[in-house]
Amino acid sequence: MDRIVGQKSALLWAVHISVILLVLVWVFPTIGLFVSSFRTSDQISSSGWWSALSTQERSVPAIRVAGDERQDGNLYVVEGELFPDTEANVTAWGTSSRRPTEFQPGDTAELKDGWRLTVSATGTYRLTSPQSVEGERLPRIFSTAASPPEFTLGNYRNVLFSSTAAAGVGQAFINTLTVAIPATVIPILVAAFAAYALAWMQFPGRALLIAAIVGLLVVPLQLALIPLLQLHNAVGIGKGYLGVWLAHTGFGLPLAIYLLRNYMVGLPRDIIESAKVDGATDFEIFVKIVLPLSFPALASFAIFQFLWTWNDLLVALVFLGTDDDTLVLTGRLVNLLGSRGGDWEILATSAFVSIVVPLMVFFAMQKYLVRGLLAGSVKGG
Amino acid sequence: MHPALAGIVTIIVGVGGCIGYFYFSNLFIDKILFPAKGPNISRNINRANMIRPWLFLFPALFALGLYLAYPVFATFWLSLTDRDAGGAFVGFDNYSQMMTEPKFWEAIRNNMLWLIVVPAMSTAFGLLAAQLTDRITWGNFAKSLIFMPMAISFVGASVIWKLIYDTRPEGQDQIGVLNAIWLYFGGEPQTWLTITPWNNFLLMLVLIWIQTGFAMVILSAALRGVPEDTVEAAIIDGANPFQIFFKIKIPQIMGTIVVVWTTITIVVLKVFDIVLAMTNGQWETQVLANYMYDKLFRAFDWGVGSASAMIIMLLVSPILVWNVYNARKEMR
Amino acid sequence: MAGLNLSSVKKAYGEVEVLHGIDLNIEEGEFIVFVGPSGCGKSTLLRMIAGLETITGGTLEIGGQMVNDVPPAQRGIAMVFQSYALYPHMTVYDNMAFGMRIARESKEEIHRRVSSAAEILQLTPYLDRLPKALSGGQRQRVAIGRAICRDPKVFLFDEPLSNLDAALRVATRIEIAKLKESMPETTMIYVTHDQVEAMTLADRIVVLSAGYIEQVGSPLELYRHPRNIFVAQFIGSPSMNIIPVNIETAGEETAIRFDDGHSATVPIGTPAHAAGSKAQFGVRPEDLRIAQNGAWLFEGEVSIVESLGEVTLLYVDGGNAEEPIIAKIPGIHDIKAGDTLRFDADPDVLHLFNEDGLAYQG
Repeated sequence: MDRIVGQKSALLWAVHISVILLVLVWVFPTIGLFVSSFRTSDQISSSGWWSALSTQERSVPAIRVAGDERQDGNLYVVEGELFPDTEANVTAWGTSSRRPTEFQPGDTAELKDGWRLTVSATGTYRLTSPQSVEGERLPRIFSTAASPPEFTLGNYRNVLFSSTAAAGVGQAFINTLTVAIPATVIPILVAAFAAYALAWMQFPGRALLIAAIVGLLVVPLQLALIPLLQLHNAVGIGKGYLGVWLAHTGFGLPLAIYLLRNYMVGLPRDIIESAKVDGATDFEIFVKIVLPLSFPALASFAIFQFLWTWNDLLVALVFLGTDDDTLVLTGRLVNLLGSRGGDWEILATSAFVSIVVPLMVFFAMQKYLVRGLLAGSVKGG
Repeated sequence: MHPALAGIVTIIVGVGGCIGYFYFSNLFIDKILFPAKGPNISRNINRANMIRPWLFLFPALFALGLYLAYPVFATFWLSLTDRDAGGAFVGFDNYSQMMTEPKFWEAIRNNMLWLIVVPAMSTAFGLLAAQLTDRITWGNFAKSLIFMPMAISFVGASVIWKLIYDTRPEGQDQIGVLNAIWLYFGGEPQTWLTITPWNNFLLMLVLIWIQTGFAMVILSAALRGVPEDTVEAAIIDGANPFQIFFKIKIPQIMGTIVVVWTTITIVVLKVFDIVLAMTNGQWETQVLANYMYDKLFRAFDWGVGSASAMIIMLLVSPILVWNVYNARKEMR
Repeated sequence: MAGLNLSSVKKAYGEVEVLHGIDLNIEEGEFIVFVGPSGCGKSTLLRMIAGLETITGGTLEIGGQMVNDVPPAQRGIAMVFQSYALYPHMTVYDNMAFGMRIARESKEEIHRRVSSAAEILQLTPYLDRLPKALSGGQRQRVAIGRAICRDPKVFLFDEPLSNLDAALRVATRIEIAKLKESMPETTMIYVTHDQVEAMTLADRIVVLSAGYIEQVGSPLELYRHPRNIFVAQFIGSPSMNIIPVNIETAGEETAIRFDDGHSATVPIGTPAHAAGSKAQFGVRPEDLRIAQNGAWLFEGEVSIVESLGEVTLLYVDGGNAEEPIIAKIPGIHDIKAGDTLRFDADPDVLHLFNEDGLAYQG
């Protein structure tokens, strides 16, 4: 197109800029999550992730002066530190919630009863009083703290390995793997044989079966929940991994058969017919010729099914249940959204743990994914 | 047994079982039932070949029948019964009860909104992205970034977008981008997800974000399939880039646009995770699939739950019929 | 209306130059055919004239105006594509009207021009049909009709017949010839690799090879006086036979000696310094005769006989030629493979080329 006379280069620039904008809008949300998962909880809750690289200023909740009193000349002194654990600088402070930035670091505030309070830039404070403050209500310090940008792997350590705070995201990760891998592998072979029969064997009712599978492609699995749960209970499977695997297999089959049949039908007829002339049985043709040649379609479907089972929430909730020891990542995330809706360091990290595997699969196998999508969707076009 | 171990065992049993089934059943009809030798050799071969397709198909058909076809009828039956009355037949009572619930109508109304907005916007953005990225050298890189949300679960995406919609009280720094931008232009912090009816659109945005990549990939392939010479003929006819796009290219990929549209429509009808994770249907954001989940697994009202599932099925049916019709036409 | 002038027109894709400076003058109303083997650059040259490819060097003038940077639509050209390039979603009428609608012509004008083009091409009954409901020949006529509606100064054809079956190809070729007659002022440029189309349609043929013009001339000129071996072998079917010879004596008449020692004299002038050099002797299959008695040019053993009825093709090994020499003898003959025959030809139709393949002009 760009070789054609009279195509304006300004237009091409506009295209470049629009694409950059589009891409930015599309990756921005994910990057936000990614950056947030490496920030400390203090910093996440005090500033947007886009300012993660600049110095963080935040209003610190009131801290009451506390500490052992000692005598210094004729003064009684209480000393302490505002931020014993973190590295932060005080940029302003005050003693009342109405004026939290009344004083500069190093200023001295005159309080009741001749009390004098000084807060230094590093966060140490010193309260002096002409008489003992034992038993008195000591003043509160409101401060604004500036801390350098801080990144940590602590969230991941916390979420994956700690037994307390994040409540078993690591366990959920393993549960999800346990659901996804068998649910990906089992349907493939079942579907491949059926697809071969539908593609290369002659028998009455074939066209009808293909049409039925196309129809089943869009049947909402919502309809299957209760009857299948009843069925599982009746045959003694109940809620558990076996039930999820079977359910995912059943729900994945229409797409698997459809994709594989479409692919197999496109294989060169000559190869299959010459093998038949050579005396190969259908079983041999399938195993030795069709299956190896269908690798791209098998890969496409495997990726689809893996992404779908990994990312699924509904089937896992219904057939696996909501107990802590069987909950999958998506279910765990939904729970966290409810119970820890404000703890972004945990939410963001857990969410990232849940999407990192599909993202890796996506980027490694994008070619097959695209191929599968095209085979599954472009028809009648 | 540890579940992971059970998983491995299941894979081995499942795959081995499949191979064993196919192998031995073949062996059985070829060697024992209809051996290809003796006086009836040709009759035997013919019979074996008549049975073999069904041998290949049986496991798949069994699973499909049990896990997809049977439940449609079972759900329909459930929707006509009352669980509390021991599964007694109650006719369309569940449906009429559902019709009296405002939440149901809210879900219907929202679903209609979703059905219009999400496919339209996803297709439009996908078309735009496809057309633009096809014209630049780093287009494939851009494509894979726009396509990426496809790999993210609806729940994961909900977390991502909840961070964007996050709200802090006035006076604190906002950590949600939307509020930060809103404040930059002089607004007050808003709790976005509670503002009806706009919260619905904020939820839809999540799905649009995910589905645009899908639309883009399919439409980009379709656009590349538009014969180059029709474009050149249009250039000679004096059409400008916009006329070429809208009058030459779009009409030629209309079939694919319909396919993309209907595919996204089906996704929309089933959408459940996003609503559950972000608002759980509060603040007038209920949709059918989540309504159904509420009824089935929170209220344990299987009758009304199944009735609402049948409504989803009813909405999917036209697309089902259309797809089957097209598939049959194609095979001829 | 408009002639064309190409002066040292070049095309390069990055480092690779595919057209190396084409100089060509096309008169208004001429029917020019670009012909050459695939990959010779003929289609690229046509697309550059159309504006579908940029020109990377030299100038292109249409009707006296430099148009290197003029967009295709404003060059006053129309093009018929190899695969018709009909808009599949538009009816025949809309296909033909599209360009005029873009140019915001009035409804009446559009109707008038479409109707008249449809009349010429006998498309009137099909105006409401979509392209997919038409036969190949009808689609081709729609493509031509669409071009006619643009009322172009220059009409470009890019291998328009190559997608048609043999019978339809002949019929459509004749229609194109008629079309040209009805539009005497319109310049037509036609690309093909089929020399029969070139010979029958062209006023002048441009033979291209590997990005260079080999020769420009009327069909018979190219047939009678090819400037080099390439043109000699490209025009005419089967190809001209080429036999290596040595020049014994140069002059107004040249004495040549075949590799088997037999000598002959041909009425073609050669410069004195050519004496003693190697050369290539050329004679067309249809010009060869079986020598009755007396003088003969060369002899050889017949390896294959193809009797087509009206002619007999003889494939003869002899004269140390790389390929079998082909003789096309009228009528049916009782000749068998293995026979040894002597051949002769009219002295006026012989060709002689120097070592570089350039013709000695008789």
